[in-house]
Amino acid sequence: MKGWIGKILRVNLTKGEWRVEELDRNIAEKFIGGRGLGSKILYDEIDPKVDPLSPDNKLILATGPLTGTSASAAGRYMAITKSPLTGTIACSNSGGHFGAELKFAGFDLIVIEGKSKDPVYLYIEDGKVEIRDAKHLWGKTTHEATDQILSETDMDARVACIGPAGEKFVRFACIINDKHRAAGRSGVGAVMGSKNLKAVAVKGSGSVQVADKEAFRKATLDGFQKVKANPVSSQGLPAYGTAILINIINQSGILPTRNFQEGVFEGAEKISGETIAEQILVRNRACFACPIACGRVVRVTNPKYACFSEGPEYESDWALGACCGVDNIDAIGKANYFCDILGIDPISAGVTIACGMELFEKGIVSKEEVGRSLNFGDPDAMVEMVKAIGYREGFGDTLAEGSYRVAERYGHPEYSMSVKKQEFPAYDARGAQGMGLEYATSNRGACHVRGYMISPEILGSPQKLDPFETEEKAGWTKNFQDLTAVVDSSGICLFNTFAFGAPEILEYLKAATGVKMTLEELMKAGERIWNLERLFNLKAGISGKEDRLPDRLLKEPMPSGPAKGLVVKLEKMLPEYYELRGWDKEGVPTKEKLRELGLE
Amino acid sequence: MIKKISVYPEKCTGCRLCELGCSLKKVGEFNPTASRVRVSIFGEEAFYTPIICTQCDEAWCMKACPSGAISRDFGVRVVKVDPERCVGCRMCTLACPFGTITYYAPLGKAIKCDECDGQPECVLFCPTEALKYEEESTPTRLKRVATAKKLESSSKEVQP
Repeated sequence: MKGWIGKILRVNLTKGEWRVEELDRNIAEKFIGGRGLGSKILYDEIDPKVDPLSPDNKLILATGPLTGTSASAAGRYMAITKSPLTGTIACSNSGGHFGAELKFAGFDLIVIEGKSKDPVYLYIEDGKVEIRDAKHLWGKTTHEATDQILSETDMDARVACIGPAGEKFVRFACIINDKHRAAGRSGVGAVMGSKNLKAVAVKGSGSVQVADKEAFRKATLDGFQKVKANPVSSQGLPAYGTAILINIINQSGILPTRNFQEGVFEGAEKISGETIAEQILVRNRACFACPIACGRVVRVTNPKYACFSEGPEYESDWALGACCGVDNIDAIGKANYFCDILGIDPISAGVTIACGMELFEKGIVSKEEVGRSLNFGDPDAMVEMVKAIGYREGFGDTLAEGSYRVAERYGHPEYSMSVKKQEFPAYDARGAQGMGLEYATSNRGACHVRGYMISPEILGSPQKLDPFETEEKAGWTKNFQDLTAVVDSSGICLFNTFAFGAPEILEYLKAATGVKMTLEELMKAGERIWNLERLFNLKAGISGKEDRLPDRLLKEPMPSGPAKGLVVKLEKMLPEYYELRGWDKEGVPTKEKLRELGLE
Repeated sequence: MIKKISVYPEKCTGCRLCELGCSLKKVGEFNPTASRVRVSIFGEEAFYTPIICTQCDEAWCMKACPSGAISRDFGVRVVKVDPERCVGCRMCTLACPFGTITYYAPLGKAIKCDECDGQPECVLFCPTEALKYEEESTPTRLKRVATAKKLESSSKEVQP
């Protein structure tokens, strides 16, 4: 096959067996790859009601047909499974070099089933697989485990692994690859831990072939030109990383502060991308095949928080910073480093700690329970809690359940800033109505990278929409969600969409795979993937009733700043969204829609 | 004027697009092991750089080759492997002190950079100008200018 390798690796950890299966090209064309193909396999093979941490759940690591090629930022792979945080389908996307290496080693996807009796890791080299003992790696940080595995396998191998958090089933544990890249959200690392799988290491010397070399070369060079022509991808992201958004979003009055109690953070400047560049940045670093290079290599010299690491990027910077009221960039850098080495999603970690801080300040959680004071703005408390979550120590063991379960346990679920039990990212939807609709309807709970409505509402790309208005937002949200499903599934980075869109991705895909497809059919594939994820969630028992937002965003007007006085008018957008999606009033896809998408 | 591929490690981001451009051009597939340029990434030191043949005047690989497959093109000053004559003995890979001539198993031949006969694809694919095709003394001249600038500013500082 071209684009796709055409091979699926299936590993059963209960039996200690593996086998290679052929990829069905018809299914690949319908679901593209990565997120789409992984979701299709998960949907077909597991009961959506399964306990996410049981051996019956499966973990799929999936690349797209563009992964491993020279398409712009084509180094992505995705971890698809049922989430232990949300109970929904989960798909977490990561860069680095692991995904490309998996294809060079001869596989599009790995389907991991069952549960090993003892800790193991997989070593995959050019089509051959070894299930190796990992008892000596259990308990080790992601960095220690990676170094040890490289010394046992090949210095050029690429390692995706879990840290102590994944081993201990922290509900928002992530998978870390290449030491600093994360399949971050929804607890995919805990699923890996539940299978007693510490790591997957890959090494390949094979090729990714494309159907039309000249056309692919041209599409590649055109893509570079577009990335270069766009100021966000050519200047903003390389110079300041994603944290360039801190000041922009703060000025828009939607930088969630102190657990979404406010939308303007007085300490924003101190944690901005500009400050990172000035104070701790060593240089930037790219993922595989990426002309943007938003990655931050940083060194914190402040002895109290000293570390050498990558990040924080915008989301982790905000979650561990503004959301906890912390304006100390050194402390944020250190906490972000702990998230990397312990294997935790910094977004959920930061928002869960912020929830703990609000419970503490409101007198709902006592100092005795926490073992210390837990006030907003206390950098030491924040760093300590991150570490405690990773090891599930003390109050960290409670927080490791995620904000929803913590807040519910103390009788105040309203203080959990989450949708479908997954914590919000760094945009307060009261001042970006479309983003509110997106959060409410996202298939993996609150998430900014299922349909980045901030792009039109705040950044004005591809055109500026009024962030405070609800009109037309349903249509935009649907289109962004479908497009994002296409981007993810193809194997390129979402950040490309600052510079180009579906027509360019279609050119890449046609040249890579030889598929004959129109733009309309491509977007239909995105819609198909979205609906398939929705079907999984409905079968898992998560209905349209959960397409909602916390009361804080629906009923408490924003107290100050440019979005002052606003709440999210979800009820104005949601019915229109369902209608545009071809779903009934309960948010269930109609028979006609499913037939149209070939999902009946 | 002699043009050469020059390397500016401080501009490299470790993206490896040079490897992909090279392998697509040379073998028609994406395969870093087929690439004549390889990027070394030292994460712990925040250092990344492409490593590519410097086209030695007295090339070790050429001297070591027993089959006469490696020759020097004096016109454009590149050292080339003739795949017809290469027997895949790998002596060149032992001789080269830089690791920039490699054995490519699918072909059973030694492979190395030939600067794409004056239109190096890696340079075209590099998004940060860490690789450039330019007059060969340019990098050293730029370093000299930078040194001179430092001297200028320091002499101003100590002037009364």
